Amino acid sequence: MTRLFQSLQSLALATGMAFLAIPLLASAEVPRPDIPEANARYSEAQGCVEPTEEMRKNHMEYILHQRDETMRRGVRTKQYSLEECINCHVPKPESGKVVRSDSKEHFCSSCHSYAAVKIDCFSCHRDTPMPDADTTMHRLGSGKAHHFTGTEAELTADALRAVTEEGLQ
Amino acid sequence: MSEHVDTSRRRFLGGTAGAAAGISIAPGVFLNQVAQAKPADQPVSSDNRWGMLIDTNKCGDGCDACVRGCMEENGWGDIHNSEPHSSPEQKAQWIRIVELRDTSTGYAHQLPLMCQHCKHPPCVDVCPTGASMKRADGIVLVDKHICIGCRYCMMACPYKARSFIHEDLQDQLVVAPRGKGTVESCTLCVHRVDKDGADAVPACAEACAAEGHDAFVFGDMNDPNSEISRQLALHGGTQIRADLGLDLGVRYRGI
Repeated sequence: MTRLFQSLQSLALATGMAFLAIPLLASAEVPRPDIPEANARYSEAQGCVEPTEEMRKNHMEYILHQRDETMRRGVRTKQYSLEECINCHVPKPESGKVVRSDSKEHFCSSCHSYAAVKIDCFSCHRDTPMPDADTTMHRLGSGKAHHFTGTEAELTADALRAVTEEGLQ
Repeated sequence: MSEHVDTSRRRFLGGTAGAAAGISIAPGVFLNQVAQAKPADQPVSSDNRWGMLIDTNKCGDGCDACVRGCMEENGWGDIHNSEPHSSPEQKAQWIRIVELRDTSTGYAHQLPLMCQHCKHPPCVDVCPTGASMKRADGIVLVDKHICIGCRYCMMACPYKARSFIHEDLQDQLVVAPRGKGTVESCTLCVHRVDKDGADAVPACAEACAAEGHDAFVFGDMNDPNSEISRQLALHGGTQIRADLGLDLGVRYRGI
């Protein structure tokens, strides 16, 4: 009896230990993704083209909607265009260093590899900005640094409109 | 620009408002529609039908400027080292030079051949997924998002205008996404058309003009005042395989 009790006790202990160990192991083995900073932001308050939380959760909905609008109806607004995503979130290819979509340094892959969700965009779409790409951010004079350092890039509503509706010119 | 314009009234006013700039009688309603690009947030409309007239008499012997211009613009072909592992037969060909030879006289001349942007496209008829599509303004495209690479359209096309991509590609151009397992063809430089409307010049036409041949006329076949409509009204144009009754968006002169 005592032996049985002991074995049960040790079992309980072992499982308890395991419960304790799981979160520790998880944090050790699957590091949180290191998401590269965008070239610039519309404003500290606004973040991306939509609030950051919204983009993290639903970016695919925006891209999908824009995709069909552009492909089928010829609507080419820039607010949610994949081209602008890439221009702002991926560094331009430089000699000796090209950040491609198969690298974890690539904005999209940094998170997608963590979430284990395959991206199909880049089998057809370009995964880096064109060498002569003029990002909407570029016009703000803040696109020179790949890593956004948190300087104030506040925009007036009019300037924001001009940036996001640049395609309407 | 999608508002319906009473053409009979336009014809009546045509003499007076002829070449003047568009007179707006209400926002978006013009007495005389002038060539202007649609705003980026507006969808294309069936008011336009984009087309091309190619004068093969102006086509320079042995010249392939249009082909190179297209490669340059859309990122296919040897100049970009696209599809290095594919055989010449497999490689994409959006536009090709076809030589015509009259065997009885020996007379030979050439013409550029690409997607003819049919009004009744066989490729759209046979596509099992809806990827092969015709936009409201008559441009025939492949929606690669839903193309499964079955290649029925390639078999259906009487002009051999479509290509299948056999291998992974990298560094495609932004204006022309293209990738393994999908079919592609001439887009009539749709990115330029969406940007500049009737003032757009497809890359092939631009390259031809730069070479000094000027064999291409691009424009709106629905607008009776456009250069292409005037030329077609004046001299007519031949459709390749007109017997199929596909009502082509690309017409030729001199064949």
